[in-house]
Amino acid sequence: MEHKVITEPKPLVEIHNLSFSRGEHVIFDDVSLSIPRGKVTAIMGPSGIGKTTLLKLMGGQLTPDTGKVLFDDVDVNKCRREELFELRKRMSMLFQSGALFTDMNVFDNVAFALREHSGLPEMIIKRIVLMKLEAVGLRGAAKMMPNELSGGMQRRVALARAIALEPEMVMYDEPFAGQDPISMGVLVKLIRELSDALQLTSVVISHDVQEVLSIADYVYVMADKRVIAQGTPAELKASEIEQLKQFIGGEPDGPVPFHFPAQDYQKDLLG
Amino acid sequence: MSLLDKVANLGRSGIELIMGLGRAGLMLWGAIARKPRAKDFSLFVKQLYVVGVQSMVLIFVSGLFIGMVLALQGYNILVGFGTEESLGPMVALSLLRELGPVVTALLFAGRAGSALTAEIGLMKSTEQLSSLEMMAIDPLRQIIAPRFWAGVVSLPLLALIFTAVGIYGGHIVGVEWKGIDSGSFWSILQASVEWRQDIVNCLIKSIVFAVVVTWIALYRGYQVIPNPEGISKATTQTVVQSSLAVLALDFLLTALMFGR
Repeated sequence: MEHKVITEPKPLVEIHNLSFSRGEHVIFDDVSLSIPRGKVTAIMGPSGIGKTTLLKLMGGQLTPDTGKVLFDDVDVNKCRREELFELRKRMSMLFQSGALFTDMNVFDNVAFALREHSGLPEMIIKRIVLMKLEAVGLRGAAKMMPNELSGGMQRRVALARAIALEPEMVMYDEPFAGQDPISMGVLVKLIRELSDALQLTSVVISHDVQEVLSIADYVYVMADKRVIAQGTPAELKASEIEQLKQFIGGEPDGPVPFHFPAQDYQKDLLG
Repeated sequence: MSLLDKVANLGRSGIELIMGLGRAGLMLWGAIARKPRAKDFSLFVKQLYVVGVQSMVLIFVSGLFIGMVLALQGYNILVGFGTEESLGPMVALSLLRELGPVVTALLFAGRAGSALTAEIGLMKSTEQLSSLEMMAIDPLRQIIAPRFWAGVVSLPLLALIFTAVGIYGGHIVGVEWKGIDSGSFWSILQASVEWRQDIVNCLIKSIVFAVVVTWIALYRGYQVIPNPEGISKATTQTVVQSSLAVLALDFLLTALMFGR
């Protein structure tokens, strides 16, 4: 699909020399990347590498040890709480679990942020919510409770909720994890179409290589606490970096070893 | 373990205790030190229903049985001294001064406190709290504050209901069953219960218990380790810690109120 190129050069999110650790465990070491406006940027990498942590750092839910995160030139970690909340009205996040409010039905879930922040009359909120639900194909499920929906449907409702306030950026945390092929196809289509239609800046965090390469405009691959490769999907597929080839090809052993570090096998067995 | 390690462990748990108290204090401060909005009232009313109204049956039935048992045991003792007419004040004062606030708080910790912890813990583990944050809505204000106020308002009311029903239970046993004169049951009861000494103190006790039980329940939920084991542990901790806190505080308050 031909994607409209935004001529504005300044990226929406810039991460400069970010390091972050939990206790002794270093998660990111001097990571720098930028998220261009109006495009789908993917961040890929093996599980457990801290991709979700990276999203939380972007949203200001966590504070880096060193380095900074700029959202539209504002340092999210230097903001006061009110300023941070103002910034968050311009971004939204699709959590891996969907994170729907379990005590509200689908309609109220999508309407929630609108009622809190928009100040619009209920009649208009109703129309906006129905339009968002129509966009994800779940207008018919408006009265259902989250526990009556399948995992894929929950994620679509969460997507409708994430775009309810028309944010500038949506962050997707593992949107394809654990989905059947049909739900996966639906989500791929939705993310691409919504990004184009609403001129959204999208950040997709995932390890589903084929899906990501099919929708992303630009991809960062992370491993070993840093970015090991970046480029358009075509550039990455052509790359000769061993670690990247292993990841994209899904090979069990390679630069990322199959075995977790352990002492000598023979010694372990024979005591 | 060497002596030095033991000292280090003691120090570590001391520091953890103080840090926990600090975090709990900050959570409560963040939740309630706000100018209320019109919307907060409807959240509060909803929680008042969940926390207070839904605990009513338990409180009502327990109050009735405790009042009846108290009257039966009291009657058997008092009748030996020929003072069974004093059954009314005995039941009423035991309930108002001790059993009403304390047993209600213990039942409340088991019924509502554990539910609050589990609910908030699950909200945390399903990332509902994070998602509120990302929607620029403060979870302390949206989730913690209405539940806190609902607990603080409903527990004293539940304690009064418990006490009233308990006295009625005492009346059933003493008057209907054991045949004490109804007029003297009520009139001696009325003469010996004082507004300031008994009823106001009952309310003070239950407000203190309400703050402590609700606070512990909310904090345990908010700090939960988001997995099934963490939630089950937090729920247990809520019941154990708030029950112990209620019993210890009860002694302290009783000493202050009646120790002179």
